[in-house]
Amino acid sequence: MGEVRFLVVEDSPTMRQLITFSLKRIPNSKIVEASDGVDALKKLKDEHFDLILSDINMPLMDGLKLVSMIRSNPAYQSIPIIIVTTEGSENDREKGLALGADAYLSKPIQTNELLKVVKGLLKTESF
Amino acid sequence: MDKKENDIAKKAEDFLRIFRKGEEFTQELLKENERLRYKIIKLEEERNGLVELSDNPQVEKLRERLAEVEEERTRLIDRFKEVEEENKGFATRYVEVEEENNNLANLYVASNQLHSTLDFNEVMRIIIEIMINLVGAEKFVIMLLDETSGVLTTIAAEGLEEGANRKVRIGEGIIGKSVQNGENYFDPDLGANHSGEELHPVVCIPLRIKDQTLGAIVVFSLLEQKKTKLSRVDEELFLMLAGHAATAVFSSKLYSQSERKLTTIQGFIDLLSGRKDV
Repeated sequence: MGEVRFLVVEDSPTMRQLITFSLKRIPNSKIVEASDGVDALKKLKDEHFDLILSDINMPLMDGLKLVSMIRSNPAYQSIPIIIVTTEGSENDREKGLALGADAYLSKPIQTNELLKVVKGLLKTESF
Repeated sequence: MDKKENDIAKKAEDFLRIFRKGEEFTQELLKENERLRYKIIKLEEERNGLVELSDNPQVEKLRERLAEVEEERTRLIDRFKEVEEENKGFATRYVEVEEENNNLANLYVASNQLHSTLDFNEVMRIIIEIMINLVGAEKFVIMLLDETSGVLTTIAAEGLEEGANRKVRIGEGIIGKSVQNGENYFDPDLGANHSGEELHPVVCIPLRIKDQTLGAIVVFSLLEQKKTKLSRVDEELFLMLAGHAATAVFSSKLYSQSERKLTTIQGFIDLLSGRKDV
């Protein structure tokens, strides 16, 4: 399998580092971090990603808006998106999935669960 | 007379017929006897042959080899079972190592973040992030101890409206006692419903550096999936927080104080050196 490119959109440095740490266990993974939706859109313009992980509550542009903008752009439509929600944010989760997110994960994130969802979306067994 | 003769002739014929049958039967018996005798001789010969074979050292060797092979087979079956068990053990161990790896990653990220800054407010924000994102705390406060008054004061709260500004005297209640003794408190009955009561702490972690207690992290409620049971990593995280958060809080406080002192000293130096912009 070639390089797998991830975009991690999260305003919390702790969560960003944790997600990045988990994704680094995937062979040939390249992880790019963005601190909010605006930053993520900028990075999406610059390079191609195989999967996007996004938090919901973020400054400047939240995760729901980001999902909707990604899905409305034909260039990014096929990129799988995982939204990361806090427990009890059922509405956000449903909205995210309705807007076009492919999966969701609840905080606190378990690495095994994260890798399982990522593997499922990338349709690979190689890690 | 003729009739009598006829009867006698008929009886003689009958007798002869029976006699012939008897003769035939006897013949058959003799043949069968002969056949059986032949068979007995054959079996005798076979038996003698087998007796001779059993005395043959080759056969003895083969017997021994057969016993060895049987033994080896039993040993292999036992080894196979052992390997199967070992395999199961390895699989379980692999899962445990994976879990441990994930836990260490969490602990690494938490400690790395905690020591990434010397800004007091930033340290508070990081502790809150760790509590929410790694531990899964829903309602909690961070309290600092004023050593002169012996009162713990809330300096940061999350998910709380009432009780966000609470103060606790050292030695009072679960929190006060936990801080006084410097011992972590975990509610033994995490799943119990404490609704209707005043805020009931489920976890209280004194923030300590050696024997000095700086404050405490007090959790009143955990996220749904953790409401009944804390995992080992949660407890590890709490223990890590107890040490590292205390160090981070202490360092950031020292840094703020030294910054203030530096500014004051700089002011004096500027004043003494007669700088115009003072």
